[in-house]
Amino acid sequence: MDILNALAAFLNFVFIPGLAYGAQLALGALGVTLIYGILRFSNFAHGDTMAFGTMVTIFVTWFFQSIGLTAGVLPTALLALPFGIAATALLVLATDKVVYQFYRRQKATPTILVIVSMGVMFVMNGIVRLFIGVDDQNFADGGRFLISAGDFKAATGLAEGLAIKGSQAVTVITAGLTVAVLFWFLQKTRTGKSMRAFADNEDLALLSGINPDRVVQVTWVIAAALATIAGVLYGLDKSFRPFTYFQLLLPIFAAAIVGGLGNPLGAIAGGFIIAFSEVMVTYAWKKVVTYVLPADMAPDGLLQLMGTDYKYAVSFGILILVLLFMPTGIFKGKAY
Amino acid sequence: MADPFLIGSAMTGGYGGADILHGCTIAVEKGEIAVIVGPNGAGKSTAMKAVFGMLKLREGHVTLDGEDITRLSPQARVAKGMGFVPQTHNIFPSMTVEENLEMGAFIRDDDFSGTMGQIYDLFPILKDKRHQPAGELSGGQRQQVAVGRALMTRPKVLMLDEPTAGVSPIVMDELFDRIIEIARTGISILMVEQNARQALEIADKGYVLVQGANRFTDTGQALLADPEVRRSFLGG
Repeated sequence: MDILNALAAFLNFVFIPGLAYGAQLALGALGVTLIYGILRFSNFAHGDTMAFGTMVTIFVTWFFQSIGLTAGVLPTALLALPFGIAATALLVLATDKVVYQFYRRQKATPTILVIVSMGVMFVMNGIVRLFIGVDDQNFADGGRFLISAGDFKAATGLAEGLAIKGSQAVTVITAGLTVAVLFWFLQKTRTGKSMRAFADNEDLALLSGINPDRVVQVTWVIAAALATIAGVLYGLDKSFRPFTYFQLLLPIFAAAIVGGLGNPLGAIAGGFIIAFSEVMVTYAWKKVVTYVLPADMAPDGLLQLMGTDYKYAVSFGILILVLLFMPTGIFKGKAY
Repeated sequence: MADPFLIGSAMTGGYGGADILHGCTIAVEKGEIAVIVGPNGAGKSTAMKAVFGMLKLREGHVTLDGEDITRLSPQARVAKGMGFVPQTHNIFPSMTVEENLEMGAFIRDDDFSGTMGQIYDLFPILKDKRHQPAGELSGGQRQQVAVGRALMTRPKVLMLDEPTAGVSPIVMDELFDRIIEIARTGISILMVEQNARQALEIADKGYVLVQGANRFTDTGQALLADPEVRRSFLGG
């Protein structure tokens, strides 16, 4: 029995990666849920919007690195992030003008808008691959570790190491700040309140003199910012590959739906639920269990419920269960 | 006699397709209460929506304070001093009572805390519940929120589409009392009511519509006293 080592292994391999991944999914799901709540459709292009924002951020990061501009221990990408957000905001605003606005004027049903967003998804997909290619791109720099496994072992004398990567710390802190700013904006500012009013009751919002075009534009800009931040944090933590970002759509939608579509708090909760489920189901528990159980009861197998290759099956499974038994999600979202 | 403060005259039109209104005229004087009553499907709500610009008129005009506003959008009419309380979906359910009132004042750039104070004086219960989501309130309280929201622009005319639908008789009486109070401050009230008898009792002017046209028009008291109106529309 060695509870401390088991705890260290659990924190190192399950909790901390899950927390960082959850924060990334939560930011992604927030973008999806805002679009759903205010523009009233499921935006399938969100994953590729993330990829686009990340791509621009990577280019600017490379430029900064080439001229020797870095952020010290922090990743240079954080300096490049505002440029990525600006470019993505312009892209989605242009997309809205050219594509979505037409369908809004037609009063297209949400189903049609979903299909439209798939078209947008393919175009964005193509743009990203055209510029940066399909390969893995690593753009993380700055401090590798906040706490390295070696330092932890030396400090505590435990056999298990506990490492906190710099990117994980940056992810959690940035996500926390972003969410705080977003909620402040939605709860306290006039524009934020008008967005909530528009989401709540569109007709009454129009009667009250709220300008729908402005609400739509602000929503797109916020969604672009959330998508870019989520994408950059994911890329820093793992790596950037356009196809992975397309695949992220599934856990992001699962998170938004589990939390209740249209509900920002739900998106955050859903992000962590999906992330922890995914990590816990695909983690080989042998190490942790071996520490906890007496030596003669040590398991032979890996105690891994599902291979990591199947990790998307976890989000998919949760998605199906939620849609079957709790279609409006934990925080009672809405359905159009 | 000068023209009424707000008048929708000889309105003809519908939601596309067949006309619902056939030369219907609705008017309200300053500080008075006008009530539209009539059987189901008579076009009561439609007449009100026509006055507010929510459906396109083929014929007829809407005039507010001497100005022709027939071509204005509902939003523009709000800016001109008209307030409208829809029959349903008339609040922002997930927002607090206070936020609902703030959204009502969205087009105002000046300080609206005074107006909010007046609304809290008119509906004291809203002050107690101002930090609660409006969707959690009772039916009568939600109607108060809805009326309060529309009053935030300091309208000259307040239009109410069945304000007492689905509330208990006690709450209904209280709502009518408040509506009289609002009219006393000089705001004209135009409302559609299902509870015809009670509504006509407080009405300065009553309009009985049948099939999108005026059938009887008189003061509320006169309509209540009219045997034909009583027999056909007030249940004897």
